[in-house]
Amino acid sequence: MDLEMNLNAPHSMGTTIIGVTYNGGVVLGADSRTSTGMYVANRASDKITQLTDNVYVCRSGSAADSQIVSDYVRYFLHQHTIQLGQSATSKVAANLIRLLSYNNKNMLETGLIVGGWDKYEGGKIYAIPLGGTLIEQPFAIGGSGSSYLYGFFDQAWKEGMTKDEAEQLVVKAVSLAIARDGASGGVVRTVIINSEGVTRNFYPGDKLQLWHEELEPQNSLLDLLNSSSPEPMNI
Amino acid sequence: MSSIGTGYDLSVTTFSPDGRVFQIEYAAKAVDNSGTVIGIKCKDGIVLGVEKLIASKMMLPGSNRRIHSVHRHSGMAVAGLAADGRQIVARAKSEATNYQSVYGEPIPVKELAERVASYVHLCTLYWWLRPFGCGIILGGYDRDGPQLYMVEPSGISYRYFGAAIGKGKQAAKT
Repeated sequence: MDLEMNLNAPHSMGTTIIGVTYNGGVVLGADSRTSTGMYVANRASDKITQLTDNVYVCRSGSAADSQIVSDYVRYFLHQHTIQLGQSATSKVAANLIRLLSYNNKNMLETGLIVGGWDKYEGGKIYAIPLGGTLIEQPFAIGGSGSSYLYGFFDQAWKEGMTKDEAEQLVVKAVSLAIARDGASGGVVRTVIINSEGVTRNFYPGDKLQLWHEELEPQNSLLDLLNSSSPEPMNI
Repeated sequence: MSSIGTGYDLSVTTFSPDGRVFQIEYAAKAVDNSGTVIGIKCKDGIVLGVEKLIASKMMLPGSNRRIHSVHRHSGMAVAGLAADGRQIVARAKSEATNYQSVYGEPIPVKELAERVASYVHLCTLYWWLRPFGCGIILGGYDRDGPQLYMVEPSGISYRYFGAAIGKGKQAAKT
């Protein structure tokens, strides 16, 4: 085992981040692990950051880069809201994030998922991965843990879910990714945004479903290992 | 029609004792003496109309356009000095495309009107610039529906259901 831990490595959020639209709004979800090399710098971080009253962003990649980008965009959106006289739309927020990501692509390393609700377009999710592409999608996944979720979403995603179905889907997905990805862990945080406002939820590790090797074995060959003398199973 | 400034009208940075800036009022006269421009806001759009003034019979029809499009969703009609108008239209086009690049959506008409008005007002603040000698009727269609604004040489802009500027404005308004 490699015991040399580089405690001065840049803080990176291994991360699993998800954004999902449902019939009436969006649900954003994320894990809570921030790592510095192999050391977990923060096991309960909040990766879902507010940009405006109705638009939030999930951050992944370099913690510093994603924080700076969110801070700049929050500042620009604040000014924009004052001039406009009403809340900014999620499309505008996503575009501002995209401009910063694209124009500074050589220096930044951050993948973001913008999700929000506005009165013109309803709930929208925008993915802005590493190079600064902007793509509007019904759902988006990001971070190192997302690799394990592509197949899951292909099968489990459906159009027109209810708020509770969408949130359950997000929690299940983040918890699956946490189970498989070493760089994701901690708790699952969700943010639901719709016409009524914003709701934050928190699912600690013990409230999450168990997967595969975490479950009690049933009729499994593992029974033989635990018994005193290996005998053929009685089925 | 002629008002006597008596020395307070030599510069746009001078107020008269009764609180007027004569240079701006003279600029407005340039607009009043030009061809009529009308704008009407309807339920489903904007209509802009200008009086076609034929300066010479040798002129080709279709030249001397006074209605310009600013962006896919907005346009403006200019009364007064045509060259000044061209400058304002160029500025409006540039503001509209810049907004679209930064914010990713077409510029709201209210925002465009404010920017055009600010630009016109800018030229009333410095002694080395003269005020624009044109009035603008700006129409556009954004998320909140069709809107009509009028910008005067002083830099004021108001929203209207219907507006008219130029020689025939009194007749148009009745």
